[in-house]
Amino acid sequence: MALAARQGGGVIFVSIIVAYALTIMPLPDWAQPARPAWAALVLIYWCMAVPHRVGVVFAWLVGLGQDALQATLLGQHALAYALMAYLVLHLHQRIRVYPLPQQAGIVLLLLLLVHVVQAWISGLADRPTPGLAYWLPPLVGTLLWPWVFVVMRGVRRRFSVQ
Amino acid sequence: MSLDHRQHLTEPVRSAIQTTVHPVHYAVNVPFDLFGFAAERLASRSALIEENARLRDQQLLNDARLQRLDQLERENIRLQGLLGSAYEVEESVLIAELMRVDLDPYRHLLRVDKGTRSGARTGQAVIDANGIMGQVDSVSRSSAVVRLITDPSHAIPVEVNRNGLRSIAVGGGNLQALDLPHLPNNADVEEGDLLISSGLAGRFPRGYPVAEITEVERRPGEAFARVTARPLAQLDRSREMLLVRTRERQDPDEDLDDDEMEQLDEIQELEDLAREEAR
Repeated sequence: MALAARQGGGVIFVSIIVAYALTIMPLPDWAQPARPAWAALVLIYWCMAVPHRVGVVFAWLVGLGQDALQATLLGQHALAYALMAYLVLHLHQRIRVYPLPQQAGIVLLLLLLVHVVQAWISGLADRPTPGLAYWLPPLVGTLLWPWVFVVMRGVRRRFSVQ
Repeated sequence: MSLDHRQHLTEPVRSAIQTTVHPVHYAVNVPFDLFGFAAERLASRSALIEENARLRDQQLLNDARLQRLDQLERENIRLQGLLGSAYEVEESVLIAELMRVDLDPYRHLLRVDKGTRSGARTGQAVIDANGIMGQVDSVSRSSAVVRLITDPSHAIPVEVNRNGLRSIAVGGGNLQALDLPHLPNNADVEEGDLLISSGLAGRFPRGYPVAEITEVERRPGEAFARVTARPLAQLDRSREMLLVRTRERQDPDEDLDDDEMEQLDEIQELEDLAREEAR
C-alpha cells in the first residue's frame, strides 16, 4: 500500500506542465481574453481525485510557477490557487459523487473565486480595473470542465495514479 | 506580494523561478521557431534574390545616411563638451527576439529570448527600428520580460522634438495611444509633433523617437489639455528588438567589466576599420 500510494507523481507533474504550456500558448487576439485557467482546472481535478497527494502547498507552488510564467505579481496566482485547493480538499468527497453538470457548477464557483482574488490583488496593486471580458475565463473553464474531467480520469486510470 | 510590488526584494526569487519555468516557454516557442525555419528554407530562390536586392539598396541608403550622422554626432559631442555637459553615447546593444508566448492579457508585457546570460539587465531600454518600445521589467537566466511603453503602469519622460518642451508620456492600455496628461492649455504642441525621449530619469537613452502627437484637445474649463500620441515603434508587430544600455561620456570606464571593455575595444576597432575603408 505504501508503494502504491506513491504511484504516478510524474503524471501529475507532466499534467501541470501541459496546463502551463496551454496557458501561455499564443492564441488569436479575439480568443485571448477567454483563455481558461488551465492550471486551475487540472489542480481542481487532482485535488478532488487524489487529495492525499495534491494539497494546498502543491497548489501554492503551482500558482507561484504560473506567476513567474505570466509575469504577474509574485504570489498572485499562488494565493488564489491555495485558497481554491483548500476548498476542494474540504469538499472533495461531495464533489466526487456529483453528476458532471453539478460538478461544473462547483467548478464555476471555484474559478470565480480564483478570479475575484486576482481582481482584488490587481486592485490593491493600483492596476486598472479590467472590463467585462475579464469574467469570461471562468465561464469557458466551466464549459470545458466535463471534457477536462473525462480526459483527466482517463489519464489517471491509464497510469493508475493513486 | 506586497514585497514584490513595492520593494522589489523578491527579484532574485522571481528570477530563479522564472529560470525553472523557462523550459515551458521554450517548448511553446519551438513550433513557431520551426515554422519560421521551414519558411526560410523553403522560400523560393527568386523571392530571396529580390529580397537581397532590396536589402542591398536599403543598406546603401543607410550607409549614406550614417556617414552624415557620424559626422554630426562627433560634432555634437564636441559642442556638448564645450558646454561642459555630459553626453550619452550608445554602448552595448543586444539583439533579442520575441518569444511567441502570451502573458497576462491585461498588461502589455512581452517575453524575449535574452537573459542575464547574454547580458540583459533590468531597466534596459528596448527599441525597434522605429522607436522606443519599452524597458526590461525582469530578467531570468535566458529570457526577459519587457514592459511596453503603453502598459497602464508605464510612463516615459519625453520632449517635443520641435521645441524641446518636456513632458511625460503615460501608457493607457491601448497599443496605439499614449497620454500626455500634464501639459497646460497654452503649451506649444501641435498635431504631428515628434516626441523623443528626453533621457531625464536616466533610464531611457536620450534622443530616440517615441511617439507622434495625434490629437491635441484644448478644453477651456480644464487646467490641462488632452494630448494623445501614437507610439512610433511597432509594438504589436516587431519580432526583433534591441536592448540598449547607455553610459555617460564623462566617466567612460565606470562600472564596466573586462568583457564589456573588450567589446568596446572591438567596436572601436571595427569603427576605425570602417572609417579607413570609407577613405
